[in-house]
Amino acid sequence: MSSTSKESSPRPTEPRSAGAGEPDATQPILELRGINKSFGPVQVLHDVAFSARAGEVTALVGDNGAGKSTLVKCIGGIYTIDRGDYLFEGKPVHVSSPRDASALGIEIVYQDLALCDNLDIVQNMFLGRERKSGLVLDEDTMERMAAKTLEGLSVRTVKSIRQQVSSLSGGQRQTVAIAKAVLWNSKVVILDEPTAALGVAQTAQVLELVRRLADNGLAVVLISHNMNDVFAVSDRIAALYLGRMAAQVKASDVTHAQVVELITSGRSGDLGLTNGNGVTTEGKEAS
Amino acid sequence: MSTTMAPERTTQSPTLGSGMRRYLERVRGGDMGALPAVFGLVVLCVVFASLRPAFLTPINFANLFTQGAQITVIAMGLVFVLLIGEIDLSAGFASGVCAAVLAVTLTNQGLPWYVATVAAIITGVVIGTVLGTLVAKVGIPSFVVTLAAFLAFQGVVLLLVSGGTNISIRDEVILAIANRNLPPALSWALFALGVAGYAGLQLLRAYRRRQHGLPADPLSVIALRVGALVVIAGLAVYILNLERSRNALIVSLKGVPVVVPLIVLLLILWTFVLRHTAFGRHIYAVGGNAEAARRAGINVDRIKISAFVICSTMAAIGGIIAASRGASVDPNTGGSNVLLWAVGAAVIGGTSLFGGKGRVMDAVLGGAVIAVIDNGMGLMGYSSGVKYIVTGAVLLLAAGVDAISRKRAAASGLR
Repeated sequence: MSSTSKESSPRPTEPRSAGAGEPDATQPILELRGINKSFGPVQVLHDVAFSARAGEVTALVGDNGAGKSTLVKCIGGIYTIDRGDYLFEGKPVHVSSPRDASALGIEIVYQDLALCDNLDIVQNMFLGRERKSGLVLDEDTMERMAAKTLEGLSVRTVKSIRQQVSSLSGGQRQTVAIAKAVLWNSKVVILDEPTAALGVAQTAQVLELVRRLADNGLAVVLISHNMNDVFAVSDRIAALYLGRMAAQVKASDVTHAQVVELITSGRSGDLGLTNGNGVTTEGKEAS
Repeated sequence: MSTTMAPERTTQSPTLGSGMRRYLERVRGGDMGALPAVFGLVVLCVVFASLRPAFLTPINFANLFTQGAQITVIAMGLVFVLLIGEIDLSAGFASGVCAAVLAVTLTNQGLPWYVATVAAIITGVVIGTVLGTLVAKVGIPSFVVTLAAFLAFQGVVLLLVSGGTNISIRDEVILAIANRNLPPALSWALFALGVAGYAGLQLLRAYRRRQHGLPADPLSVIALRVGALVVIAGLAVYILNLERSRNALIVSLKGVPVVVPLIVLLLILWTFVLRHTAFGRHIYAVGGNAEAARRAGINVDRIKISAFVICSTMAAIGGIIAASRGASVDPNTGGSNVLLWAVGAAVIGGTSLFGGKGRVMDAVLGGAVIAVIDNGMGLMGYSSGVKYIVTGAVLLLAAGVDAISRKRAAASGLR
């Protein structure tokens, strides 16, 4: 996954500044302020601030145990936050279950994708939210909607949308999982390591899809360990360090090395956490 | 990079040729579907027919249906439990318990047949609910729960028929299920209705899909399917409508046995549920990936319990058929090899023991294979020792085919 040839490949058409020109004026669609989360005595998130804007890809980076997954699960309503403000489209909201999150239009694509191998693409995309006319499943409507969604994402890699998911490649599965997330007029899509298990060509395809989601006006949050991927598609980078938000910066303002420093030590030059290296005694516990 | 992408998604309708090619690809990939059952059925029929000419007589042909009915109905229910990746070893004796309830209410209490039938079916529902709750909510493996139930139900049947005697059934309606035939004219009318309905639905579906601009089955494929149905069902109705009494002057014996339309009705009902309702879709989802189903907001426990309820309820219907066929209920009703035959029927038909793959039609095809084996061995005059060994071997063979085709499918990336 660390092949350097990829840096140039994933976004052949759009310039990275797609949404970076005017974004400071626009209000973030999802904004978290001062989020705290503890599991028993262990505090995992310390006053974390995070925002995602429509039309932008926000990369969420951090080392293992930095709190990325916890933060995402808080956003997705799987964990409830202990303290802090959760604003959606500028209004404070209370998200206490995955259902609340999806009602707001927040969809999370987890690393293990959660697709049923024995069902086809359409059936997977509508799983649990099937369209019905009366008692009977409305297959035609579902098939058309699925086809439209895939077309909207310019997905041309699947031969038939009635083929079983078991016959798809890793990249195609990722595509189906992402398409499933955007089928519901969602506004925020969070992708957990979408390229982790993919080859070079498939990674490029998925990254292209990620970029296209943002260009279609969605707020995309991309969790990734791969700096090449992050710099290839994201407009902003948010770096978590031991449960604290080290910095959230524009991708064009930082270098590769600076982000790595933020991830590994919590600071880089003027960027990052100010008190020493950002570690307090309780912070150590959190890691 | 985008120049090397796979070809455009096919939007035009498949043709007969491309459909055939896709089917062959699937078979080679390990997804054999009903093929082993159909193949087995043909081979067995040829073998038995050449060894014992009596096998091909109309009376024996009619016997096949009544012999296989109980097992087929139980196997239909088992398909649901197998689809969610569980097993119900108690289905055989559950059908015995329900048959005993029927006999006790009917003969000992003297209640009318419909009350007794409802009582038997409610017994099935209760059994399924208890088993399903133990598996889904308490979390005991279904193998253990239903093995325990297998033993316990054996005892329940013994207690119900009070210690080894048998209760005879004299109610005309219940007896009619497995012992009476439809008038030939009605048989043909139902046949015509069935074929017309099937053809109509197929054409309507293709028409609607074309209207919506979706790829639809070509007319040639539909004609082929309807033609196959006409030939097979027509031949069956024709043979069953032949006079099969030894002495037609004393008692005339012709027409389709009453169980046949009953099985067809159950087949249509459960196929509809599995293929065209959200509930059916969720059954497949739970069998394919329970975690994905849970995240999709499906109540996995409820689906699991429902599958067990359907299984035990179908076992109850199977028990009623068995009671009707034997005109009595004894402690061995639903015992001995009924369960293994039923599991075998589902698996031979193509339902996977690993969950997520299977159709109700599998139970019917597999049930036909089992009925032919049972009937043929009877004609050959084998002892029950041989029959038990063959039962075990057939079940093992079916499970082996399932496991191997699954391996091949995994290798070819199909499943």
